[in-house]
Amino acid sequence: MPSNWSDRTELKGKAMQALTALACLIIIAIVAIIIGNIVTYGAGKLSWEFLSEPPRDHFTKGGIFPAIFGTAALVILMTIAVIPLGVATAIYMHEYAPKRSRLVHFVRLAIQNLAGVPAIVFGLFGVGFFIEFVGRGIDRGLYGGSLVYGQPAIIWSALTMALLTLPTVVVATEEALRAIPANYREVAYSLGATRWQMIWRVVLPQSAGGILTGGILAVSRGSGEVAPVMFTGAAYSLPELPVRLHNQFMELGYHVYVMSTQAFDVEATKPALYSTVLVLLMLTFLLNFTGIMIRARIRKRLRDGR
Amino acid sequence: MPLPKLQRIGILSDRFAAFIIKGSAFVAILSLILIFVFIGKEALPVLTSPEVRSEASLSRLFLPQVHHAGEAAEFSWQPISDVPKYSLFPLFIGTLKVTLIAALIAIPLAVAAALYTSEFAPSWARETIKPCIEVLAGIPSVVVGFFCLMVIASWLQGAFGWTYRLNALTAGIGLSLAVIPIVYTVSEDAFSSVPQAFREGSIAMGASSWQTASRVVLPAAMPGVLAACILGFGRAIGETMIVLMASGNAAVLSWSPVDSIRTFSATVAAELGELVQGSPHYHVLFFIGAFLFLLTFVINLIGRWWVGRLQKKLQGAF
Amino acid sequence: MDAKLEAAPSREAGKYSAGICTEELRVSYAGNEILKGVTLEARRGEILSIIGPAGAGKTSFLRCLNRLLDLDPDWQVSGTVLLNGQSIYSRELQVAVLRRKVGMVFSVPVTLPMTIYQNLTFGLSLNREGRSQRDEKVEKALREAYLWEEVKDRLDEPARNLSGGQQQRLCLARTLTLEPSVLLLDEPCSGLDPISTRRIEEALQQLKKNFMVILVTNNVKQAARASDRTAFFLFGEMIEVQKTELLFTTPREKKTADYISGRFG
Repeated sequence: MPSNWSDRTELKGKAMQALTALACLIIIAIVAIIIGNIVTYGAGKLSWEFLSEPPRDHFTKGGIFPAIFGTAALVILMTIAVIPLGVATAIYMHEYAPKRSRLVHFVRLAIQNLAGVPAIVFGLFGVGFFIEFVGRGIDRGLYGGSLVYGQPAIIWSALTMALLTLPTVVVATEEALRAIPANYREVAYSLGATRWQMIWRVVLPQSAGGILTGGILAVSRGSGEVAPVMFTGAAYSLPELPVRLHNQFMELGYHVYVMSTQAFDVEATKPALYSTVLVLLMLTFLLNFTGIMIRARIRKRLRDGR
Repeated sequence: MPLPKLQRIGILSDRFAAFIIKGSAFVAILSLILIFVFIGKEALPVLTSPEVRSEASLSRLFLPQVHHAGEAAEFSWQPISDVPKYSLFPLFIGTLKVTLIAALIAIPLAVAAALYTSEFAPSWARETIKPCIEVLAGIPSVVVGFFCLMVIASWLQGAFGWTYRLNALTAGIGLSLAVIPIVYTVSEDAFSSVPQAFREGSIAMGASSWQTASRVVLPAAMPGVLAACILGFGRAIGETMIVLMASGNAAVLSWSPVDSIRTFSATVAAELGELVQGSPHYHVLFFIGAFLFLLTFVINLIGRWWVGRLQKKLQGAF
Repeated sequence: MDAKLEAAPSREAGKYSAGICTEELRVSYAGNEILKGVTLEARRGEILSIIGPAGAGKTSFLRCLNRLLDLDPDWQVSGTVLLNGQSIYSRELQVAVLRRKVGMVFSVPVTLPMTIYQNLTFGLSLNREGRSQRDEKVEKALREAYLWEEVKDRLDEPARNLSGGQQQRLCLARTLTLEPSVLLLDEPCSGLDPISTRRIEEALQQLKKNFMVILVTNNVKQAARASDRTAFFLFGEMIEVQKTELLFTTPREKKTADYISGRFG
């Protein structure tokens, strides 16, 4: 073999390796640029007033408190709906359903793949089903036809989001349930526990961490996704905070969307816009980070054995 | 002999708890099924109802239509106009363009990065890259769209001076940011699943790191990488906010990457607010929604099934 | 005494009403026969050990007795099982109540992820029994399991801090807090050191006075030294049962002799 042949292949190998490293660098750089850009332009206006006051002068002055409040209200309502339903579904599938039930198999398949369905489709469902069908029905039944629930409302956005994040909670809970050794259940039964006692005293405490992770990830997604709430309840500028279930609400993400695409004076609102984006980003990161930390701690504890 | 009171409470609470749990699970499962059913139901009139079909039948959705006497047949999406036009073709081209651009950017980057992480990277690098990808995945798509709209679009226009500031390329770049995390994660999983023995065998025969990676690991994990690409495509097709904000939202029918476009998902998002319930427009939007639903559902199904098969194959190799 | 008589109490159920017995117990799993009609009885005041090679159905037999097989619908059970003259499948006997009367210790010590004290009171708390009596019952059970001295100052520590032998005695004590009538032990000393094994065997000798004890063991020597009567299972059938000394010195069936002498296993 000529000596320069192996040199060339070696050089080519090293060059290709360097290219793959470059790919990583590019990705890291992009992330850094995005975050850097937002922090740089957004930090300026960030202050306690910004977070706690309502907006003034077409969003060039004042704060975004209503959007923060609206996002929080949405997420709380969503959580109240999704956690009990999701946990109950996972418990049913794992602990109560007959062992080789076809139904459960299909449901699990549906849940795992529903996660890939676009958020806008859920928005479509929210408008067509919740608002037009259920909402109008409620109006006809309880309000004699006047328009109360048959229009965008925070409750419909919350329920749409709950459906969107239901798979997340179910999958996280099932993962936690599966991690519990079968022995624990046998021991509980052999000591005379009924099925519910076993679940309540052994299974749920053990899976609490996983359920919490699922909940946090759901909340993180719920505060960031805009498409499902765009037409089911979010609004750009409201005089009042949402205090009733049929009110509309302001939301951080939706606010960013509208302000960046439809504001009158882009330059004047730019600082407020950047700060709003920064707030949204910090919120999502905080939630994501917490969820990931908890999940890592749980997995570590499982690996080390109890 | 009646049971002692405490035991009766125990049994009753067991039955009550079972009832609540089964009931809740039933509600949740029913809701999920309801999504399938309802969207399908509202999309059906495009195929069945005569009134809807007079404006928007399948042939009008897919074939070129003559809208004004004397002019050539064309594909045009303009539901809000004197003569409503419902051709899906411009939307299809728009979706195709932006998805292809996003895939062309995201897939090489993500697969290369995954290869690096799995085969060459020292552990400190791995500990930096993986969290980075998680951070990228955690950025809400509205923020990515915002960044595209504010920064990338201006930057590109400053550099290249195109006619339209918001176009398929801008949106495609933004979309690639949303696709990278899933392609990276699934590819990296596929590479990691390749048994260490494969690598050891290759190195024992004198191959270098790169040769091992490219000739042994990559082919072995190829089904997983392909599945990653499929899942990435699914993610791109369904993404709404980035495209809504950065693509110009004009249902222009052209092959140029620097023209504005409209995708399926952005169309639904943009026009959902102006709906009249029961109108042909309403049903066509649901038709598009049903199509998106089915497409992404099937893509996910295939992608995940493929990944599962790869893992079984690699682990069963011994 | 005729082996058949000793093993078939149905006619004399009244005489042995203070016992747990099975009659023609058949068990199959997903179509495969695991137990092919076992008739066996355990009485208070004795330790009955069950020996036999792997796959003989010993563990399945044990799990029948506290209806643990009910948990998996693939197990099919037929035949009679009587506890103190009452069928364990009778409607008047709640499964949870049965399982408290028939306690089980598994081959791997499974301590719940809680403190020692919480492990011991788990069964009591299910029953909603009075808290005041708990401490007494805990101490009594720990003494009976020969574990009191070692853990009396450590009751609030996590149970996993204990050694393997201690954990197994904890599992025994945990069952004893419920004051069962029957103790089922499924290879309780597998994997334990000889000292822990001996402690458990000593505890059983004391316990047999007040309980019916059924001990499944893979260790033929353990059966020989620790039990009063021994049953030999092979491929789902009970080949013979008699007093331990007699079984080991003058077994009636050739298969028994072969197994005991180690010709197969």
